[in-house]
Amino acid sequence: MYKRFVLQSTLAAVLLAGVAMSASAEEPRKGGTINFVAPYGSSFGTLDNQASPATQDEFVTKAIHRRLYAWDGNANKPVLDLATDVSASADRLTYTFKLRQDAFFHNDKKMTADDIIDSYKRIMTPGKAYTGARYIGAIKGASDYSDGKAKDIAGLKKIDDFTLEITFNEPVNPAFQLMQPSTVIYPSGEADKDSFKSHPIGLGPYKFAEYIPGSRLTVEKWDKFYGADKPHADKINIMIMGEASARDVAFRNKEVDVSVLGPAQYVAYKNDPELSKNILEVAEVYTRLVGFNVDFKPFQDKRVRQAINYAIDSDLIIKRLGKDKAYRAVSWLPLSSPAFDKAAKPYPYDPEKAKALLKEAGYPDGFEFELTATQNESWGLTIVEAIIPMLDKVGIKVKAKPVEAAVLSEVVPAGDFQSFMWSLESGPDPMTAMQCFYSKTSQSACNYYKFNNKDFDKLYEAALSAPTEEQKNDLLRQANNLLQDEAPGWFFNYNKAVMAYQPWLHGLQPNSAELAIQSYEQLWVDDGAPSGR
Amino acid sequence: MIPTILAVSLLIFVIFSVIPGSFTSSLIADGKGRNDPKVVEQMNKEFGLDKPVYQRFGSYVVNLVQLDLGQSFRTRQPVTHMLLERAWPTMKLAIAAMTIAILIGVPLGFVAALKPGSLLDAATMIAAVSGLSLPQFWLGLLAMYVFALTLGWLPSFGYGDGGIRNLILPAVTLSVAPLALLARTTRAAVLDVMSADFIRTARSKGMNAYRLVTWHLMRNALVLIITTVGLQFGSLMGQAVVIEKLFSWPGLGSLLVDSVSMRDIPVVQGAILMIVLWFLIINTVVDVLYAVIDPRISHG
Repeated sequence: MYKRFVLQSTLAAVLLAGVAMSASAEEPRKGGTINFVAPYGSSFGTLDNQASPATQDEFVTKAIHRRLYAWDGNANKPVLDLATDVSASADRLTYTFKLRQDAFFHNDKKMTADDIIDSYKRIMTPGKAYTGARYIGAIKGASDYSDGKAKDIAGLKKIDDFTLEITFNEPVNPAFQLMQPSTVIYPSGEADKDSFKSHPIGLGPYKFAEYIPGSRLTVEKWDKFYGADKPHADKINIMIMGEASARDVAFRNKEVDVSVLGPAQYVAYKNDPELSKNILEVAEVYTRLVGFNVDFKPFQDKRVRQAINYAIDSDLIIKRLGKDKAYRAVSWLPLSSPAFDKAAKPYPYDPEKAKALLKEAGYPDGFEFELTATQNESWGLTIVEAIIPMLDKVGIKVKAKPVEAAVLSEVVPAGDFQSFMWSLESGPDPMTAMQCFYSKTSQSACNYYKFNNKDFDKLYEAALSAPTEEQKNDLLRQANNLLQDEAPGWFFNYNKAVMAYQPWLHGLQPNSAELAIQSYEQLWVDDGAPSGR
Repeated sequence: MIPTILAVSLLIFVIFSVIPGSFTSSLIADGKGRNDPKVVEQMNKEFGLDKPVYQRFGSYVVNLVQLDLGQSFRTRQPVTHMLLERAWPTMKLAIAAMTIAILIGVPLGFVAALKPGSLLDAATMIAAVSGLSLPQFWLGLLAMYVFALTLGWLPSFGYGDGGIRNLILPAVTLSVAPLALLARTTRAAVLDVMSADFIRTARSKGMNAYRLVTWHLMRNALVLIITTVGLQFGSLMGQAVVIEKLFSWPGLGSLLVDSVSMRDIPVVQGAILMIVLWFLIINTVVDVLYAVIDPRISHG
């Protein structure tokens, strides 16, 4: 009896210890250093994040700065960050924010409403062109201030140190405007000092420590960060590594903790029994497409545009060239969009149907058009070369026009193209994404296709004033389906972002807005990290 | 020197005024394809990009005369400050690479020339031709794979704390091409001098081998070797672009490449001017060295 008791007790103790060990394994470990990677270039553009729209610079923003709203990479939606509560007026024009009282800048200054007002005023400084102006410009009176017609931004009203009222020009969801990286909050009076450009001060979980331009930026834990029990790691080294092959060696050599994978590496990592265990895949909010310019006569006919969609075997290209590192596109809005129609099906590959449509449209022998594209391996000339023979089968000749990225983004907004291939941001806000097909949006802004459809406009305008999110998304879903039928472009695929990570790194978020951009305060390393880290 | 700098400035200015793409369009490309025409207009105004080319060139030259290279579009920081920040890592890399090239390339070429047709000569020349023809990018990756990933001796990338460990791989990779060229040039120069009449005369007079090599052979061969060293050293700053990008080395080359793709014209102009200046300084030093090695050159 005694022996049995001892045996049972021992067994129970072992089981409990196992549970406890497993619980502690899930418990974030404090301390350590994370070697993160910034893969989109060989330097950061600027450390003044209000002046930069570049994704590469967001790696710094996320560590050092904070905005009024943040993007929650786990829930994939915007959430309040520098405020604890927000209330909207009935007309959805005015929002009252109750600000955090526990947010401290890295110079020990407590954040107040003045810092937010001054930051937004700096973004709209007359004579200056900060990229955040695109979003702050939606606030009432911001344009007048920027044009030098007013001393203050009329739509920004400080109620008290921790209450801020913001009035917009139109009913908007402020979350998507004020979560943008270029709307970061700086401490009043600091940003225009020379020292700030090389030693930025923010409200983020990590404070600036060292920057070696072109190589690395190091940040250290900010002890007064307001996030409960965060950040976990003591230090983050953000390694600037634009070369995929160099990144691959460094990752395999355990010098960096993450690596963003391209199509070729994706296959290699998937086939490796060890590396394949730690891969994170997400459908990002980027749509790769060929856009048609309706100034080019054949593209004015919907049947021609549809014929191109039927004539291309998208699945085959994704499989063979894209190495399955993409999701087949249905229309403009991506899979992760709340307005995506899960029942919608993409155009099937049907060259006979394409020929019939071309004949109906008055092009029985096809026609020739020019396709402007960059060298990008996932949405550039490689793909263009694959569609040339497919379109040739139905009589359409394609002439590829190779250009550099900076040239593509010059000729397309200027309308200087017949068709173009690009990867364009189609989220996370479906309203902003759909604006690019609204007839009142200029070609130079983002309606590159000069899309003009009354039914679409009606749905878009109704969505703008929809009283609930569900109703808005339902209207946008219909608008997105209409876009598929109208085919202003060949919607090719949605990016499947893939990140490999080391087994000792935890807390990565499946961020559909941009997988590589992580909330560093949620990351932590366990005891398996290389010694010295 | 001044006419060269002015000509280069004009050339860069004209090229960047003619080629398509602008700073604002590069921002759109970076900003995920979205655009605010009002911000673009404001940006062009702020940076003076809405002014005619001749006006922009005029103010550029006026500033240049005052040693002001302007302000970067991207960072809104003085270009001089950005260049100085990046110049030392590139110089460090170039000096290290050239040192390796001289220390290995010159003796190899000498030894090969002293025993022409030997196995050592053949091996040296095969290695030299290979070194000249192998792409730097591939060599860099190979070095990373062998010395970082397989052997674990060195870090595969980065600047680290600025110490020698991080310098070795990029410097060795960068040194391969000049090393190969130096070995070939040294061999050719030494062979040339060895067939000269004064060497035959010195030998017939019974001069010992050591004195023959140090006094006659080396001094005469050095002119060609130093010319090669000077040219290679001057161009290393430009050649370092690929290596700097591959190894995440914080030098002038990677700044230049990024600035070209971002159309940050003031930085591009400044970086190219710095490379040209470097080349001119090296050439001047080489000219001075000629006179030291062979006084007949200065007399001429």
